[in-house]
Amino acid sequence: MRQDLVLEQMSEDDDRSQPSDLRSSSSSINKTRNCSGSISASGSSTSASSSSSASSIPLSIPVTEYQSPYPDQVLENVLENVLCFLTSRHDRNAASLVCKSWWRAEALTRSELFIGNCYAVSPVRAMGRFSRVRAVVLKGKPRFADFNLMPPDWGAHFTPWVSSMTRAYPWLEKVCLKRMSVSDNDLALLAKSFLGFKELMLVCCDGFGTSGLSFIASKCRQLRVLDLIESEVSDDEVDWISSFPEGESCLESLIFDCVECAINFEALEKLVARSPSLKKLRLNRYVSIVQLYRLMIRAPQLTHLGTGSFSPSEVMAQGDSEPDYVFAFATCKSLVCLSGFREITPDYLPAIYPVCANLTSLNFSYANITAEQLKPCHKKLPQTSNLLGLQAVAATCKELRELRVFPVEAQEDIEGPVSEVGLQAISEGCRKLQSILYFCQRMTNAAVIAMSENCPDLEVFRLCIMGRHRPDHVTGEPMDEGFGAIVRNCKKLTRLAVSGLLTDRAFSYIGKYGKLVRTLSVAFAGDSDMGLKYVLQGCPRLQKLEIRDSPFGDAALHSGLHHYYNMRFLWMSSCRLTPQGCQQIARAMPNLVVELIRYGSLENQEKLDDVETLYMYRSLEGPRDDVPEFVTILRADG
Amino acid sequence: MSPANLNESSDSDVGSLNFEETKLTLGLPGVECRGTAAESGGKSGVKRGFSNTIDLNLRSSSSGGDKRCGGENDVLGSAKPPAAKTQMVGWPPVRASRKNVMRSCKYVKVAVDGAPYLRKVDLEMYNSYQQLLGALEDMFSCFTIRNYLNERRIMDQVNGVEYVATYEDKDGDWMLVGDVPWKMFVEICKRLRLMKSSEAIGLEFILQEHLPRTQVQVEEEDICEGVTVAVQRLLVSFNLVPLV
Repeated sequence: MRQDLVLEQMSEDDDRSQPSDLRSSSSSINKTRNCSGSISASGSSTSASSSSSASSIPLSIPVTEYQSPYPDQVLENVLENVLCFLTSRHDRNAASLVCKSWWRAEALTRSELFIGNCYAVSPVRAMGRFSRVRAVVLKGKPRFADFNLMPPDWGAHFTPWVSSMTRAYPWLEKVCLKRMSVSDNDLALLAKSFLGFKELMLVCCDGFGTSGLSFIASKCRQLRVLDLIESEVSDDEVDWISSFPEGESCLESLIFDCVECAINFEALEKLVARSPSLKKLRLNRYVSIVQLYRLMIRAPQLTHLGTGSFSPSEVMAQGDSEPDYVFAFATCKSLVCLSGFREITPDYLPAIYPVCANLTSLNFSYANITAEQLKPCHKKLPQTSNLLGLQAVAATCKELRELRVFPVEAQEDIEGPVSEVGLQAISEGCRKLQSILYFCQRMTNAAVIAMSENCPDLEVFRLCIMGRHRPDHVTGEPMDEGFGAIVRNCKKLTRLAVSGLLTDRAFSYIGKYGKLVRTLSVAFAGDSDMGLKYVLQGCPRLQKLEIRDSPFGDAALHSGLHHYYNMRFLWMSSCRLTPQGCQQIARAMPNLVVELIRYGSLENQEKLDDVETLYMYRSLEGPRDDVPEFVTILRADG
Repeated sequence: MSPANLNESSDSDVGSLNFEETKLTLGLPGVECRGTAAESGGKSGVKRGFSNTIDLNLRSSSSGGDKRCGGENDVLGSAKPPAAKTQMVGWPPVRASRKNVMRSCKYVKVAVDGAPYLRKVDLEMYNSYQQLLGALEDMFSCFTIRNYLNERRIMDQVNGVEYVATYEDKDGDWMLVGDVPWKMFVEICKRLRLMKSSEAIGLEFILQEHLPRTQVQVEEEDICEGVTVAVQRLLVSFNLVPLV
């Protein structure tokens, strides 16, 4: 499914990181090969000797101009027809580097534009190159912004992008934004500018409210997808559900579980009733279980369901018979993904049993239920995510690919029920595991090593031992060996998050074995600059590096100069950097934007001889022009 | 400057952490530390620097500069867990939307014999039986809670009908509210029912029987604990003489 593909891409990183514009925009044009001879279509060539190779696409030709008897246009048409089958942007990036003709053909045939960092390139430049785009994926703030490590109003505004798109892409169909600031005006502009607009996905975005949603709902007549995922939506008291036009709708996906305000249920019920193509519906917690029932019987074709509160409303008449929830679930025979349960009243849980056997994804992470209550579900679940009762999960969910275990109380000093026991059990029972996010209070190296040995397919390993600097609670040793085993044994590992007590040794392991690691997240770890040096020098595929509260300083920062242009960004907060050290980087690398973000008031600026947060990223545009006052961009000539 | 010396510390148990001296708040990061440690500012120079989880046994103020300004090393005491440990901003890395939800809610239905409607209450909103019963009193406002020494009874003053709060536990048994410690109750309670006393005769007997034994000068909570333990045991055996 298209949507799932995009979501996958959201967390993927660029494999081939070199921005081709950096090369071709400089003075290397002379060296570019021109496969198809003269640019003009008329083809002025008449030389006989060159006709022989015209039938095959000439790849290994000398640098000098090549005269072909056939019009260039034929060749380009062939290319375009072939290139349109290339969907992966990595493949396309590679193809565009072959020669100028391929570059051009690829640019004309790219229909989805992915911008991993909205400040790396300007809208004008991007849209100038890719003129026939139908879908845009834009990512803004770095991930640590989710955890209040970045002041609000830092940037990542959608406005300049949407303005440019209205001019460049009148046939735009799809927009996906992640961690962008989107205003109601942006949404209004989007809604009225693109007649064929079909899909809007806003992931971890903010800055807009229900009035913005209302514009989208009312004006986008072709809307198929409206997905609001973990976004902050302000309550403007606008009934956006009622804004969907009358008549049959082509809605396929409506996700609004993150919207923290009540909705007009009658309007929603009618909308669902007139959306025969609706497959994905994720309700917010203001929808009661009785209302859920009514929706489910109107939409038995659903494949993805977010169940809302899964609880009765505040007051209900006694003696009224409750609807047959089991029946409702039994009717939705195509359900494969279940989530919600936001305020679950546990005695309703058995209602989901009819669908358990077919579920591939189950999200209970918002539910306050015990492992006991989940037991009957386990036996029927082929794959799950976000479950409690890990040992039961391990015993029954043999096909599990992705698991996320969140803390019920996200504090450090609470003794929680999740520990190395669960991890060990999962590693033994779920051998096909590819991705794990695991919050716990305590851990042992043995369990982590066991996982590294039992789950060779792991691509994502994110372990968060919530107590800072916690060693192996059995041996008292640092967690170095555990993470070392992960990078050594999990040969497909691309994303890693470390925690617990870690010395530089752990980082030496990462640098030595983590050759495919693209994303690395570090917090409260390491002893000295060597730690960061190991990583910067050892991990050639590193794209995104986020570090907080670790003792890495200017020397360590300096050791990555050879690599920073290959990365999407580097984030370092509460480390040991100085403004001078960062200035050196800015001087050495003119295409890097080096931002220093501070939190205190302006007067304190001079007193700080340390850097609170460094956020730096490659960019073709130089310093951005929407810098808030708490951000300083270090200039190359500063 | 490394936390390597942490290796010697005991497993960083909850009991060894006490950040009450640090006076940090949950405000934006970088809020000026107002601690007293000499090493703050300057050298380590990290405003939102490392948290110090050095075990209190270490004591010495010279153990590395990696402390958050504030003299947590000065604080010793029993191994009693601190009431409220200072939280670091953005740690653990859980999104705000999830954190709000994690406040967890435990909704159960409340039925009152004879009343035409059910209510839903979130048990997590209360910290004690007293609070819960107070809330129920508000909800079903014709009732008042009769204040015996440690009574759990609810009286409908209009009709003169007495109610007893009961609940269904996870095994499906109906029990008297108050028979287990509060936190356990929250976990095992599936639904509540205010039962007319006349129907709860067996349960009521138990309450009456134990009143004399609990007339001691202690905190109400402790009384309840004493009673609850006793009630637990009593419920197991059924050879009791009914109350006259």
